[in-house]
Amino acid sequence: MTIARKSVVWGLFAAGGTISAFLFPVVIALFLLVALGYVPRGLEFDSLHAFASHWVGKSALFLVIFLSLWHAAHRLRVVFHDFGVRRDKAVANAVYLVAALGTFMTAFYLYRI
Amino acid sequence: MSRQPYVRPLPKTSWYLANARYRRYMLREVTCLLVGVYCALLIWALAALSSGSPERWAAFLAAQQNTAMIVFHAAALVYYLVYMTFDWFKLAPKAMPVQLGENKLPGHFIIIGHYLAWVIVTLFVLWLAGVLT
Repeated sequence: MTIARKSVVWGLFAAGGTISAFLFPVVIALFLLVALGYVPRGLEFDSLHAFASHWVGKSALFLVIFLSLWHAAHRLRVVFHDFGVRRDKAVANAVYLVAALGTFMTAFYLYRI
Repeated sequence: MSRQPYVRPLPKTSWYLANARYRRYMLREVTCLLVGVYCALLIWALAALSSGSPERWAAFLAAQQNTAMIVFHAAALVYYLVYMTFDWFKLAPKAMPVQLGENKLPGHFIIIGHYLAWVIVTLFVLWLAGVLT
């Protein structure tokens, strides 16, 4: 039981880590471009709304955010331990709860689009 | 009479400062905070987008445009590349070794493959976003 559950947590962590390692640099770069005042065509309301309306875009956005959130949550749990916080149960509940909340919000907003 | 076991003194909150390898490990692990921050920004963006109003989307974009954000994103990009993306690729041969019969595929092929895939994925997203064209 514990082993089975661990492999799920680890699998989500590895998948999310791979996705965020590959995709977040370009996501950060796009935020940087927007911050600099350059909004590329694909980030204008109409094109982005169309992208997020299509089921392919919706699924891609959901998978990227969901897996990255779980990756961050699991890694943060270990980071807390490494910084000397030894209340793993409370930390685990808190970080996974935040990740679940973020996942739920992502699903809700994507559903509304 | 029992012997006194030796307990190596290990400061719980600063142990990683003792060794360059541990420091590197901690610098790598805290990148999860950046992943969290950008997930939050993406969810914020989705919230604005899902309102269905171009004005709310424009307001979201305007909220992103200030000097603090420029500095944060620029620093985050460098830190993230060095300690998350490139470190993740470096560890990939250890995490996912490829077995070829009796032998293992040499690690540098796996690492080069990751860099190539990363360049393609990055160009694809830039193309999707309309930066390239």
